[in-house]
Amino acid sequence: MDVLLEGLREALGLLLSGDPYLWQIIARSLQVSGGAVILGLLVGIPLGTWLGLARFPGRGLAVALVNTGLALPPVVVGLFVYVLLSRQGPLGGLGWLYTPSAMIAAQFVLAAPYVAAITLAAVGSVPPELRLQARALGASRWQALLLHLREARLSLMAAVAAGFGAVISEVGAVMMVGGNVRGETRVITTAIILETRRGRFATAMALGLILLAIAFAANAFITRVQQAQPRRRRPLTS
Amino acid sequence: MPPADRFKLALALIFALVSCSTGTHEIVLASTTSSEDSGLFEALLPAFQRAHPDYRVRVIAVGSGEALRLAERGDADVVLAHSPRAEEKFMAAGHGESQRPVMFNDFVIVGPEADGAAIRGLRDAASALARIASSSAPFVSRGDDSGTHAREREVWAAAGVRPTGSWYVEAGQGMGAVLMMASEKQAYTLTDRGTYLSLRDQLLLTVLVEGDPALRNQYSVIVVRGAVNLEGARAFTRWITAPPAQKLIGEFGLERFGRQLFTPNAGRS
Repeated sequence: MDVLLEGLREALGLLLSGDPYLWQIIARSLQVSGGAVILGLLVGIPLGTWLGLARFPGRGLAVALVNTGLALPPVVVGLFVYVLLSRQGPLGGLGWLYTPSAMIAAQFVLAAPYVAAITLAAVGSVPPELRLQARALGASRWQALLLHLREARLSLMAAVAAGFGAVISEVGAVMMVGGNVRGETRVITTAIILETRRGRFATAMALGLILLAIAFAANAFITRVQQAQPRRRRPLTS
Repeated sequence: MPPADRFKLALALIFALVSCSTGTHEIVLASTTSSEDSGLFEALLPAFQRAHPDYRVRVIAVGSGEALRLAERGDADVVLAHSPRAEEKFMAAGHGESQRPVMFNDFVIVGPEADGAAIRGLRDAASALARIASSSAPFVSRGDDSGTHAREREVWAAAGVRPTGSWYVEAGQGMGAVLMMASEKQAYTLTDRGTYLSLRDQLLLTVLVEGDPALRNQYSVIVVRGAVNLEGARAFTRWITAPPAQKLIGEFGLERFGRQLFTPNAGRS
């Protein structure tokens, strides 16, 4: 009990004192996971929109594959990215292994399916009449599509939050391809493992509190979006 | 069989499986990543199991520093560590009931074949590290308070260098992961010989400095005072320091690597 309470008190002290080691790790986590989610958006939104609106043979299989992507085990993604980027691997020439770039690449693979799957669900939930009406009123295909996405924008923001929440708390892939190098590739999750192993519970707990706060913020946002949606749709159909 | 009975049977089976892994005869051995990564336990533990069928050994492979801390908190019954200074403190604080030498091997400095810092063949580890520092050649440190990390810091201190800068990479990982990283980065690192040999085929690294007495790596077994499974811990210690196990330790590696990885020395000290 003492370990827990004292650790928590010390953890708060460390956070408030602006300990540079801690805040550098937090910044690196936000940079890596943020970068991965932004890249995930660039790929996931077009992919999800296309799968949500297009009708083609094999679409069911494609949707199933995207949904499977939600359950990709981070260590397996880490393994494949490691092998790709290692010296003897096909992309070894990039020199990315053990750099933040490798971590962003691995987390991108994890985040993109989140964005695609939630986008897919979001565009599917907007009534298709909306687009037909817009076309009838003279909008071009692209204008109609943009209107459609605008209607789904809250869900898309939820996609960002869900993807971010998933990758920032992931440890397997970043440990393998980043290597937990101090000052370079050490992020919140890998630092928690190391600091716990070294018996520096206060530092580990301080990082844990931050991670919990981030996860809470992301999920609070998703919950709000989910609860807000039914009320938003009514004026549309009138 | 009706579904309800099948369900009960399944529950009973799961329960049986779970409970046999948490029996009172379990010995928790906190050890070092270097002895785990070299494959020594895979060779030793089956023999212990044959000699003591009542006990099960669960190995927790962590750095020596963490192994001792685990033991201090009562989360381990017996410790196999290789961090003499930390062990001395541990014993002095009264956390250990007994401490006995088991075996030794040595640390070596490995690095890329090209050897940019020109340390090949130096007999003195400290001057090798000093050369690496002065040429800012990349060096990967364990950075995890393990026994190997402790020794590395001692050698840096002997060299009179405080390693800082972008060439000094603090990995915060186990020995195997650090060797892989050094190989990828074509960097130098300090490693125990056993882990290096067991991974040699995957590594683009070669032994550059060896044989300095400052690089001797002594392993000791410590029975934790007031251990949950004190009898088991004592039995394990008696077993690993007795001639049959000592012989196994001396033979370990001959077949796979063509050389002895550890020299047993429980009889002497």
